[in-house]
Amino acid sequence: MLGIVGTVPEENFPLIEGTAILDKNHIIIDNKSIAVNRGTPAMIAAAAKTLQYMDKPNPYCYLVGDIGNGKGCKTLYKHLAANFSKIQLKTLALHYFQPDVNLFKEFLAVINSISDRPTLIADAGFMYVAKMGGDASFFDLFTPDAGELAYLSDEKAPHPFYTRGFILHEENQVPELIKRAYLHNNAAKHLLVKGAIDYVANKNGILGTVDSPQEEALESIGGTGDTLTGIVSALIESCLNIKASSLGAAKINRLAGSYANPDPATQIYDIISHIPQALEEVFQN
Amino acid sequence: MFKRFKNKQTTTVQKHDRGILVFENTTEVIRAEKILRDEGWEIDVKGPPPEIRSGCDLVIEFPLIEELSIIRKLLAVNVKPIQTVPVNSVLLEPVDLLQEKEYGNFLMVRAANMKITVDKNTRLIVNVSGGGCPDVPYLADQMVNKFLHDTPHPRDIGYTLCAYALQIAYDRLVKICSE
Repeated sequence: MLGIVGTVPEENFPLIEGTAILDKNHIIIDNKSIAVNRGTPAMIAAAAKTLQYMDKPNPYCYLVGDIGNGKGCKTLYKHLAANFSKIQLKTLALHYFQPDVNLFKEFLAVINSISDRPTLIADAGFMYVAKMGGDASFFDLFTPDAGELAYLSDEKAPHPFYTRGFILHEENQVPELIKRAYLHNNAAKHLLVKGAIDYVANKNGILGTVDSPQEEALESIGGTGDTLTGIVSALIESCLNIKASSLGAAKINRLAGSYANPDPATQIYDIISHIPQALEEVFQN
Repeated sequence: MFKRFKNKQTTTVQKHDRGILVFENTTEVIRAEKILRDEGWEIDVKGPPPEIRSGCDLVIEFPLIEELSIIRKLLAVNVKPIQTVPVNSVLLEPVDLLQEKEYGNFLMVRAANMKITVDKNTRLIVNVSGGGCPDVPYLADQMVNKFLHDTPHPRDIGYTLCAYALQIAYDRLVKICSE
């Protein structure tokens, strides 16, 4: 089963865990309905659409309300440290979350104690804290965008906010930043770098790229990175290897975006609703 | 507010006459920064040294000699640092390189990992994206579909470094749109 950990942007949303069911533009978990907008709910919705197509069970989610003060995340970190091993997961995707190195390491120790530990994917706050704590290589896949890749490649930056200018500079091309991230042991075993060209890489170099269809507006639309992480997590859960899942997910996300005929004001559910059509296109061809 | 971030180079000079104020979260840092600047103190917002770094952190660097009066001022307005320590290592500079991109009638500004996009004609914020901290989806929810001049500011409703980066991108957008 695919597990997903993340946050809901509501201060009073309680800690919940359970199987997510997609109901039009909402997900339902433990009788709680959550609007699919951006962030973790968008990622869950994209994963659920993909799993449904692949004839796999819906994702099992651990969610908490947090608007950035970290209170909800602290509660969920502790809940995960105490309860995570009770559910058997094959794949685990970690998403929007407050970075806290100490609590994160407690959670990692629990994952590490599982004999057949899940394939680990991190994006957003969990990717940041994995790098902050020196635990990037423990993960199987990170899904950064260009700005986040620059952060991973800057061995001195504890957060993207401190990425040094000479690394952030546009002249720095993605392949060089990937090389630098692996040089300092700040990347997961695989990277799926989203951007004008999507790159799939490991420590040996670039494994493949996806650059079509091209929809420039997708970069500015909140949630397109979240849907990519959701799709790739679901494909990995469906037994495709990480390279094939990453290249496939990049193509599917681009196609779904393209079918939505996007402009920078497009909202993410318009794209999520086209994921089944994109899956059909990729798997039939 | 963020003008001081521009054209800075990462310093390698250690400043032994400076201290740092550590706060519970970034919102407290932003409040303290405003209070101290309004009073004329020479302070800077920086990244914490590795030994006190725990997550999404930001600290205020201040003249150590003025510690007592600074603490008194902050306590008077109920802003309490959780730690005050002398600077004994190089502090990190916040991001100072912004990128701008036009998509027809839309303009996107990116600061570090945060992006904000506005309709150039109407000045309506049409999207906020990037980031990884939990206030990013919240900030997007609060800012998207609002006009640049009447949206809540990330520094007022956000908590994390992602919010701080978004404020920098927002300020640049406001500046460009008013030129």
